[in-house]
Amino acid sequence: MIALLLRDLRLAVRAGGGFGLGLAFFLIVVTLVPFGVGPQGEILARIAPGILWLGALLACLLSLDRIFALDYEDGSLDLLVTAPIPLEGVVSIKALAHWITTGLPLVVAAPVFGILLHLAPEAQLWMIVALLLGTPALSVLGTFGAALTVGLKRGGLLLSLLVLPFYVPTLIFGAELVRRGAEGMNTQVPLLMLAGITAATIALVPFASAAAIRVNLR
Amino acid sequence: MTMLSVAGLAVSRGGLPVLENLDFTLEAGHALVLRGPNGIGKTTLLRTLAGLQPALAGTVSMPPESMAYAAHSDGLKSTLTVRENLTFWSSVYATHDIEPALDRMNLRSLEHRAALSLSAGQKRRLGLARLLVTGRPVWVLDEPTVSLDTASVALFAEAVRGHLASGGAALIATHIDLGLDEARVLDLGPFKARPPEEGGMMGAFDEAFL
Repeated sequence: MIALLLRDLRLAVRAGGGFGLGLAFFLIVVTLVPFGVGPQGEILARIAPGILWLGALLACLLSLDRIFALDYEDGSLDLLVTAPIPLEGVVSIKALAHWITTGLPLVVAAPVFGILLHLAPEAQLWMIVALLLGTPALSVLGTFGAALTVGLKRGGLLLSLLVLPFYVPTLIFGAELVRRGAEGMNTQVPLLMLAGITAATIALVPFASAAAIRVNLR
Repeated sequence: MTMLSVAGLAVSRGGLPVLENLDFTLEAGHALVLRGPNGIGKTTLLRTLAGLQPALAGTVSMPPESMAYAAHSDGLKSTLTVRENLTFWSSVYATHDIEPALDRMNLRSLEHRAALSLSAGQKRRLGLARLLVTGRPVWVLDEPTVSLDTASVALFAEAVRGHLASGGAALIATHIDLGLDEARVLDLGPFKARPPEEGGMMGAFDEAFL
């Protein structure tokens, strides 16, 4: 399992692996927004949590189709399924590798991007907490979409359509947590909901993804 | 000792039965070569045995955790080196010694090359070296000699012989003569599934919609 994680991370940082792609996309989205809505600080500060969350969502989506498609194309998915690792474990490790290469950099970079959007200083901490709690759910849910579309040519677009609706709860509670944090309100409810959604997806979704892969490989 | 036994097996591809009433056993130290024209269902049979798809009917029995499967594609990561590719699979199968495999498949001089820059035959050799690092007794091989030159085919036959001598078994689908005189040959022609109107079985119902 550790070997698989190390292999996926190594592949991500090698040529064509796509490491940093999500981060660069996030940066571009965040810098484009002030051009679109104008430079007024108070408007930007109000929409900043939503924009940062949408940026994170889209950046995450960008690399989802690679999770299983590359392994499917070169035949290693067949070999992994017949290997002595449970497929649910393979899915979980791949989600973790995806999170480390796309979600974690976003968490680390969020304070810098927050400044670009005039995010209130008291909301900065909540933004990091929200992304840290919410982005793992994005990666794990993504494996389900990737598992459903594995083997389809140009499955990326279908994948986005399948996965984005599942991201709605995380988006709602993630953005709400940052908004309440910025206004100094009680943050307990969105915090617990966000953490609960992530915990539930990590616990349940790998089984669904593994089942989808088994069906697709027949 | 029986490594693999198949009784009354029927397999289907895309919802259509392709082979039926297959019965054979594979003993330790023996090799069985599957032959038959294109489309007869050699790959489907091997995928079913490897557990990648369910059988339509019949049973497959083998000791648990005993099979290593090698498909048409080698499952190599092009940006990893030969050594990294093999090390990954050896840690997945918890064997941790890739040196004999590198020597047996004559990959020592290519050890630090990225799989990307290997020729088709060299990739195939690396794919077969993966089998050696799995440490599994039953090899299920689908066209293992594609793109290998005669010297490499001999190298492969030698590796299979060594595997059989150490108590392993091999099931090989191939069109060419491997030079494995001791191997039994099973022609799949007589096992071709009959159409339903002649008493053959129908495909699984839900498969038609997948």
